Amino acid sequence: MIDVFSEYWRVYLYTDGYQFTGLVITIWLFFFSVVIGSILAVPMAIARNADNPFLSRSVWLYTYVFRGTPLFVQLLLCYTGIFSLEIIRNHELTNAFFRDGMHCALLAFVLNTCAYTTEIFAGAIRTTPAGEIEAGLAAGMSKFQLYWHVILPSALRRSLPSYSNEVILVFHSTSVAFAATVPDLLKVARDVNSATYQSFAAFGIAFLIYTGITFVLVWLFRQAENRWLAYLKPQND
Amino acid sequence: MWPQAWRHFPAALDHPMNTVFDGYGALLLEGSLETLKLAVCSLALAFAIGLLAASAKLFGSRLIARLAEMYTTVVRGAPDLVLMLLLYYSIQILLNGLTERLQWAQIDIKPFAAGVIVLGLIHGAYFTETFRGAFLAIPRGQLESAISLGMPYGHVLSHILFPQMMRFALPAIGNNWQVIVKSTALVSVIGLSDVIKAAHDAGKSTTRYFFFIAVAAFVYLLITTVSNLVLRYLQNRYDVGTRKVNS
Repeated sequence: MIDVFSEYWRVYLYTDGYQFTGLVITIWLFFFSVVIGSILAVPMAIARNADNPFLSRSVWLYTYVFRGTPLFVQLLLCYTGIFSLEIIRNHELTNAFFRDGMHCALLAFVLNTCAYTTEIFAGAIRTTPAGEIEAGLAAGMSKFQLYWHVILPSALRRSLPSYSNEVILVFHSTSVAFAATVPDLLKVARDVNSATYQSFAAFGIAFLIYTGITFVLVWLFRQAENRWLAYLKPQND
Repeated sequence: MWPQAWRHFPAALDHPMNTVFDGYGALLLEGSLETLKLAVCSLALAFAIGLLAASAKLFGSRLIARLAEMYTTVVRGAPDLVLMLLLYYSIQILLNGLTERLQWAQIDIKPFAAGVIVLGLIHGAYFTETFRGAFLAIPRGQLESAISLGMPYGHVLSHILFPQMMRFALPAIGNNWQVIVKSTALVSVIGLSDVIKAAHDAGKSTTRYFFFIAVAAFVYLLITTVSNLVLRYLQNRYDVGTRKVNS
């Protein structure tokens, strides 16, 4: 394993000499999917709990479809599927966008994680203690103020444990990006495997890198929970 | 394999009058059944591994508990696709070494068997945590009173702990099942002829990729929807005897 790594470590970690590859691409995809997906998920979660049935039902349908189908299929649909449509290829803008596998992978990941995160946030908003909301109303807050100062800070904190699971899942699921010819960590491992026939070493290195990053993520979220959820910890004194 | 009344169903999908699937209906149907079969077999294996490893963690000696702990940590740390490729190739190489030493003919692992083993191993780790949590959720008095009545350990497990454990574990089992169904999609990467492979093949020769992949997505959506309904029914059954608060 060490000799394979000492020969290919550059490809695994950041570049094959022509373009960025491996871990850098994986982390780039992961970071932007999570950030964009989470930012979009906040208004979606509010819409999911809206009184307007048309609004809440359509968000429900979106999350239901995207949580009910595998990410791999969504990625294939975005990359192979959409680009096979003539109408997409005939427009300059859409043609340029969907031609690049990276864009398609990012689109699929954002749509997917946004669906899961929306449900997590929406669940937390729904379970906001009634007293907190009543207190805000009694203080004469407008609906926007109520969300901004009371509901969202409380709900986003409480969703931290399940949100951390989702973030780690997104990191793991970036490994399907090879289907859109994105040169991510697993694609590199597959290439090294077919170049050296040392399957155990080639995939073992990818396995170790993924596991290492996962532990870092778990540690980061534990720090975040200690900081923002300390008041919810069981008191033992 | 089809019931009498459904005998003509696969053929009807590809009836010359029916151009929706361009003659790929039977292939898609076969692929969907393969996906479903893979998911069910993986669930069974994962279930067994989960029960075993959870018991090892809770009741085993320190060494066995440590081993089970290591298994769940390692498996949950990496993406399932990486584990799948790692195990798929490594198992084959190990097997080749073994058959060579025994001077047998080479045994090739079929993608289906590899898929079941790999998905079972991966999701077994998630089931382990599910079952462990559910066992711990059973009030301790239940176990203690069963032992004090002189019940043999086997009976305590099968009559007292298991039924109650299932009640606590069912929601998580349902989630795990949905995750298994979705991760069967990855097994087409190691060459299984599942619904995605069928959709891909159909798309390749008709250039209607979008339509066929959307059909595959719809098949998955159908499976998850039906299993949601079944799970709701099961939950009601296992919840018999619990007090509900009307709100």
